[in-house]
Amino acid sequence: MPIFIDRRLNPKDKSLGNRQRFLRRAREELKRSIRDRVRAGSIAELDREHAVPIPRKGTSEPTFSDAKDSGRRQHILPGNKTFNAGDLVPKPNGGGGAGASAPGTTESEDDFRFVLSREEVLDLFFEDLELPDLVKLSLKQILSFKPKRAGFAASGAPTNINVGRTMRNSHGRRIALRRPKRAEVEALAAQIAELESKPPDARTHERIVALRAELDRLERRRRRIAYVDPVDIRFNRFDPQPRPNASAVMFCLMDVSGSMGEREKDLAKRFFVLLHLFLTRRYERTEIVFIRHTHEAKEVDEHTFFYHTQSGGTVVSTALEEMHRIIEERYPASEWNIYAAQASDGDNFATDSERCIELLDRRLMRLCQYFAYVEIIDERESHIFGSTENGTSLWRAYNAVDQKWPNFQMRRIAAPADIYPVFRELFARQPDLRKSA
Amino acid sequence: MASQARKSALLFSGSDWDFAKLSRVYDEIEAIGVEELHLDIYPVQMEVISSEQMLDAYSSVGMPLMYRHWSFGKHFIYDELLYRKGARGLAYELVINSNPCIVYLMEENTMALQALVTAHAALGHNHFFKNNHLFRQWTDAGGILNYLDFAKSYIARCEERHGLAAVEAILDAAHSLMEQGVFRYHRPPKLSSEQQREGLRERLEYEERSFNDLWRTLPSSQGKNKPEARDEVLAERKKSLNLPEENLLYFLEKNSLVLEPWQREIVRIVRVVAQYFYPQRQTQVMNEGCATFVHYTLMNTLFERGRISEGAMLEILRNHSNVVFQPAYDDPRYSGINPYALGLDMMQDIQRISTAPTAEDRDWFPDIAGRGDWRDTLLDAWANHRDESFIHQYLSPALIRKWRLFVLADGADEPHYQVASIHNERGYRKIRSALAHSYEIGAKRPDIEVVDVDLLGDRCLRLQHNVKNGILLDGESRDATLRHIRRLWGYDVSLAAVDAETGAMLSERSTKDL
Repeated sequence: MPIFIDRRLNPKDKSLGNRQRFLRRAREELKRSIRDRVRAGSIAELDREHAVPIPRKGTSEPTFSDAKDSGRRQHILPGNKTFNAGDLVPKPNGGGGAGASAPGTTESEDDFRFVLSREEVLDLFFEDLELPDLVKLSLKQILSFKPKRAGFAASGAPTNINVGRTMRNSHGRRIALRRPKRAEVEALAAQIAELESKPPDARTHERIVALRAELDRLERRRRRIAYVDPVDIRFNRFDPQPRPNASAVMFCLMDVSGSMGEREKDLAKRFFVLLHLFLTRRYERTEIVFIRHTHEAKEVDEHTFFYHTQSGGTVVSTALEEMHRIIEERYPASEWNIYAAQASDGDNFATDSERCIELLDRRLMRLCQYFAYVEIIDERESHIFGSTENGTSLWRAYNAVDQKWPNFQMRRIAAPADIYPVFRELFARQPDLRKSA
Repeated sequence: MASQARKSALLFSGSDWDFAKLSRVYDEIEAIGVEELHLDIYPVQMEVISSEQMLDAYSSVGMPLMYRHWSFGKHFIYDELLYRKGARGLAYELVINSNPCIVYLMEENTMALQALVTAHAALGHNHFFKNNHLFRQWTDAGGILNYLDFAKSYIARCEERHGLAAVEAILDAAHSLMEQGVFRYHRPPKLSSEQQREGLRERLEYEERSFNDLWRTLPSSQGKNKPEARDEVLAERKKSLNLPEENLLYFLEKNSLVLEPWQREIVRIVRVVAQYFYPQRQTQVMNEGCATFVHYTLMNTLFERGRISEGAMLEILRNHSNVVFQPAYDDPRYSGINPYALGLDMMQDIQRISTAPTAEDRDWFPDIAGRGDWRDTLLDAWANHRDESFIHQYLSPALIRKWRLFVLADGADEPHYQVASIHNERGYRKIRSALAHSYEIGAKRPDIEVVDVDLLGDRCLRLQHNVKNGILLDGESRDATLRHIRRLWGYDVSLAAVDAETGAMLSERSTKDL
């Protein structure tokens, strides 16, 4: 009789630690392959599992092994059909020289892919990225409160009356003060009615009078001792509990006037998608508001935002006003972490830029956690504008805001390859910024 | 009536298993194994696991406990992928050379399969582990699980204290030398006992106390610069370090100048694990052959006695024939010689020679032909042989013909293979020794040893690769491995390739050039 042990219920992922060690080991290579994928354009699909090739760099396990192309060997093989001793057999072309007939040629490990879970992908992808302006965030976190039940109170709003507790108090009081019960009163009344229905005589009359007096006394007592007295009433007490702010709203602002072509919109879209992914990872709940503008701004749905064109001039401030209106209306800054990303080709109605500065400076920047402005420029322009302060009218105007507000950032994008680096730049960990803020 | 009696004698029916059935089947199989085949086994511990757990066990070289390392994670990903894609099934069982012998059964197996696996692993492998001389001498079945437990927690502690990266660096380097980390020809040295170490320390202290600087001023024996004298110094040095040394890990563990005690212990753990698996690698054909022969014989006996149903037997036979399938060399499924098939065929051939020999067999195997005691012959072979010697001794011409074996000579610089021998009178012996030689692990892996180190000079560690048949080392992996050795040794390392027959120096590679 052997010993039996049922191990099926043992923890299963015994090799999880090894997998994590392996991923850490291959980190650089995995990161690169995921980033390549983003550059290649399938950003929208980033938020899920990915098959990646097994990285080779850093994960080889070298040992002393024989060189395949040297020396004299003997292969012993089964299944001879036609060969006789001394026959020459041509070597198969290509491969490792020895080819199909040589023993020990196993499938190589290099060309197979394995699946990274969504979490692992995002972890690798967003490594080193941090939410900007963390100080402000932590201050903001306790600005929202959630009431939490904390016992009972003798005073409060009528909506918070705790019926059960109130009735319990009233019941106790009624017993203590011996408030006559309805059944007692009714029994007495029934008795009187019965006596009255009989033929009247002196004894019954006397009895009826006595009973009536008793009934009267009971009725009075019932009236004096209330069924529910104000002293019985208890209210649910709520303590406001500070609650970490777990929701974020992201405003996507985009110029859709004629000057924004397909290329510009595509670049802007990718930037928005990245930002959205990043926020969904950090917050429990993330909402997006799309605002497009020409000379007038309008909140639209995603499809309209990206795919419908509209003709008109360019007045950027309308979009900022619309954003402000929506914040006032739906997203109080105490409950929401507000992020905004604006994409534009930099064109603006000449006199409007001043108004934009004022809007941002006076109102929006106080509400926003972060405001990122990306300007999409022509690839040829990138040589000229690469690092200079000059630029379009909007760029020059926003420069002033940039100087003043640490949570305002602006960058230029010329090609798809720029998006990710710019994104990283915007959200890279900035210890100095945190201190200054 | 007879059929009813037969039915009630069945050990099980249906495909579902439970522990009562498993226990009943095991008892029956063990009784038959001991009675029919005279097997001698360790007590058995059967553990039921799920397929995920089987995958886990796969990636940690088949051991139930193992320290953590990224390479196991890599293998796990690889195994899992092949399994999920359906490219490869999982083993039905896993057996561990320990006392008690641990057998893993997969939950998904049917009852018939569990019976097959019980006979294969709990009887066949178990008997082999307990009786084969390699396992008896070189591994400690009673202590391996305790040791692995120690190794796992020790390495986890090191990771906590010294950081993952530091531990990983040592493990990586040590893993790359696992092949060169075993004693092939002499038994591992016994652990020096506390007393011995104490004695050594006392002697050193005595020498320190009695040190007299005067001795240094004595003129050295005439002409220290003469070549013989220098040779003498060299010989003295080699002797004091026990050079040449084939076990690189052992040498580094004992003599490395930079390793800290915990790093030495890790190197030692890797070396012990490598040594533990060394006998298994030398006895693949025999071990699997023994287990397959045992399960085949026992299952047939059970069936003959009416203890298992025809349906179950059919399932068992189907699985058995899958396991022992050997495609020919030109078949796309061919991936080397199947050790299960070769082992089983050779053992059944011994049975045949013993009971119904031909004239040829009498010629080739006068000791065993026609003696009828195939059980003793097999028990003797299982106890005293490894693959190489077993094939040398017992591969018969009949089997060579059956397998139609042939030898292909492959010179790297020639455009053709040449068929060297086929299954004919002239070829039998050559094929037999060539096949036996191909199972000689010592010949298959590169022969590398430590030949010299000048501890008082530049401390360069000199390795020598004895090149056989002109087979050189692969350059890229050689350089990477040398870098690992350098990390363990702390100073430069050079590797000289020397032709084993002529003694001519073919090339030299040093970490200085890397």
